[in-house]
Amino acid sequence: MTPEELEQIANDEREAQAGIPQKVKVCVAAGCLSCQSQAVKEALDKEVTRRGPVAHCKIKGVGCMGLCAEGPLVSTSDGTLYKRVAASDAVALLDGLEQGPVERLLCPTDVPFFQRQQKIVLENSGVIDPERIEEYIAASGYRALLHALTEMTPVEVIAEIVKSGLRGRGGAGYPTGLKWSTVSKAVGTQKYVICNADEGDPGAFMDRSVLESDPHRVLEGMLVAAYAVGASEGYIYVRAEYPLAIKRLKIAIRQAEKLGLLGSNICGTHFSFRVELRLGAGAFVCGEETALIASIEGKRGTPRPRPPYPAIEGLLGQPTLINNVETFANIPPIVRNGGDWYAAIGTEKSKGTKVFALAGRVQNTGLVEVPMGITLREMVFEIGGGIPEGRQFKAVQTGGPSGGCLPAECLDMPVDYESLARAGSIMGSGGMIVMDESSCMVDVAKYFMDFCMTESCGKCIPCRVGTYQMHRLLDTITKLHATPQDVALLEELCDLVKNTSLCGLGQSAPNPVLSTLRYFADEYKGHIERNRCVAGVCGKGTE
Amino acid sequence: MMTATANVKTLKIDGRDFSAREDETILDVARENDIFIPRLCELEGLSTVGACRLCIVEVKGSNRLPASCVTRVEEGMEVTTTSERLQRYRKGIVELLFTERNHICSVCVSNGHCELQTMAQKLDITHIHYPYRFPQAPVDASHDRFVIDHNRCILCTRCVRVCEEIEGAHTWDVMGRGIDCQVITDLNQPWGSSDTCTGCGKCVQVCPTGALFEKGRSVAEMEKRRDFLPYLQLMRGEHE
Repeated sequence: MTPEELEQIANDEREAQAGIPQKVKVCVAAGCLSCQSQAVKEALDKEVTRRGPVAHCKIKGVGCMGLCAEGPLVSTSDGTLYKRVAASDAVALLDGLEQGPVERLLCPTDVPFFQRQQKIVLENSGVIDPERIEEYIAASGYRALLHALTEMTPVEVIAEIVKSGLRGRGGAGYPTGLKWSTVSKAVGTQKYVICNADEGDPGAFMDRSVLESDPHRVLEGMLVAAYAVGASEGYIYVRAEYPLAIKRLKIAIRQAEKLGLLGSNICGTHFSFRVELRLGAGAFVCGEETALIASIEGKRGTPRPRPPYPAIEGLLGQPTLINNVETFANIPPIVRNGGDWYAAIGTEKSKGTKVFALAGRVQNTGLVEVPMGITLREMVFEIGGGIPEGRQFKAVQTGGPSGGCLPAECLDMPVDYESLARAGSIMGSGGMIVMDESSCMVDVAKYFMDFCMTESCGKCIPCRVGTYQMHRLLDTITKLHATPQDVALLEELCDLVKNTSLCGLGQSAPNPVLSTLRYFADEYKGHIERNRCVAGVCGKGTE
Repeated sequence: MMTATANVKTLKIDGRDFSAREDETILDVARENDIFIPRLCELEGLSTVGACRLCIVEVKGSNRLPASCVTRVEEGMEVTTTSERLQRYRKGIVELLFTERNHICSVCVSNGHCELQTMAQKLDITHIHYPYRFPQAPVDASHDRFVIDHNRCILCTRCVRVCEEIEGAHTWDVMGRGIDCQVITDLNQPWGSSDTCTGCGKCVQVCPTGALFEKGRSVAEMEKRRDFLPYLQLMRGEHE
């Protein structure tokens, strides 16, 4: 494969696309599939077949369009978006191509939910067919890889990533360029690149969506990374709960191998790279990099103390680069457009865009990609469309079980790594759960503690027993049986578990408790002193 | 092992100056110089896992509390092994252990020879201020000579490591998650029916508590003999 051959494939595909006057795109990512978008697609297909060549139309399955709450979503070539489409609407939709849009199914696209987004990672999501490599190539796919292989040295690639200011999208926000440079300089006989697709935060589905909507983008990111750090083998560690993502990744790997974009002597160069899938067996802690490596090695998925970091001693003791799905998905556009282009987006220390899974009590739940530095208020009230049923905003939870709950006072805070950390939460992988006054913050803290307790691997004592004890105390509070002494114990345990646990899971497990104690102390007080839960969630049936 | 290229570093532990090879840990240096650092999972001669978190120390210039058993020495490092904060955390951790299972010293075979008991005494633990769990933990007495009483297990995984690393049998492993973790023989079969167990008893001797003991021992009668570990390590080191 040469750049010219790649361009040829892209041109052929574009010509073929241009020959079809009308394209109807049906979302076939997990969200819409769960509300029967497959049946919609089949009904449309059937109707097009019935009408024969006069239909001048092609039905296409595409990835996530973002507004999952209104699925199944269907879009047409002229940009019309339909929501809540049923299989029985197929005839009307196809008639609409000639006679003007079907009013009752129309979904307005001139609203902030769509207008305020800036899509880099999700640029192809909802546009291309994730199961066809030709469409990815026609959308500038694999151009970054060929550009890097033929015109850049590994050092130049890393310099470009450093310049972009990209930080790890898995949660901790470690500078990606620095990580790449460390692995490239580490000494080892064999280096590895691992893609962490073990997304496990409750309510988060960013990585799932990227893998289901645009799997080649992640492969291309991994290929560029492998070239930059000098790796020839890679793994994608994806959780088994994502069967569709796994299926599409397998298809993508096969297609890339067939075109010589993956395998030995890629594009006629000396660079070779193989990718294998490893399926996670349902342990949240395996998203922690050392536990993930242990799991790939076939061992029990438990973390080990760092240093040594995986960049120096990782998989099988060799230098290993681990990045998250979204991090890799950012790589091709950075290489294509240059690090400066990327660095111009976002804030001073948090560059680029971030994908968030907006969930909970907002009008528009779904997947959004926004530039860093946008405020929480814009996220919740403009993009999210505010709280439904005229209720009051109470808190927004970011960062999953390692994050915190931020109150209304924090709404004008910009969303970037530092601001969130200062406020007692974290960026995390991008889960964002909005809560209204019907949520009890003690109950929320208990929910996340229950999650951490059941997901603790049990290796170190503070996390294994500490999360159990904290959960027990929170349970007592939510049963309205607690004493002020219990809150003192809870605070003491938070401090102990945070500072002495072995890995990030334990170290961050107290965050939901600490942030709710900080911003919603009154609610704790109400439970203890007045035996009352303002949200009316706790204490039911225990009187 | 000493390598031809090992560099020597100098560091301060509790205000005193020491030199150490770069592949040594803080705990190695402390042990060599009779500085006591509390620990329950670490045992000389076995690999280190940094799991009990008792050997945490303070290092000047860092907010983190690294486990000294897995932290290599660095040039100019200034380590504090005992402080009010460290002792508070260590006490908390040991207290959590006591609440986790059923540690009743007065009826334990290891009473008086138990590392958990000794640790509690060293840390001046007079009472436990977290509530006890009182779980229903099983006892497996199916082996001819040994018994495992899960009520007294602290999941230090010394048995797992000695069986794999020294005996080479890998009979022991850990199953479950979090608070439900348990050491198991083979694939959670009765110890007595294990195909892999050689009956060497090394696991029993390295166990810090009365969780693993020899049959026929009554209260306070189980004393563990660990001389074989440094001996084996020395002998194997010479041959390899």
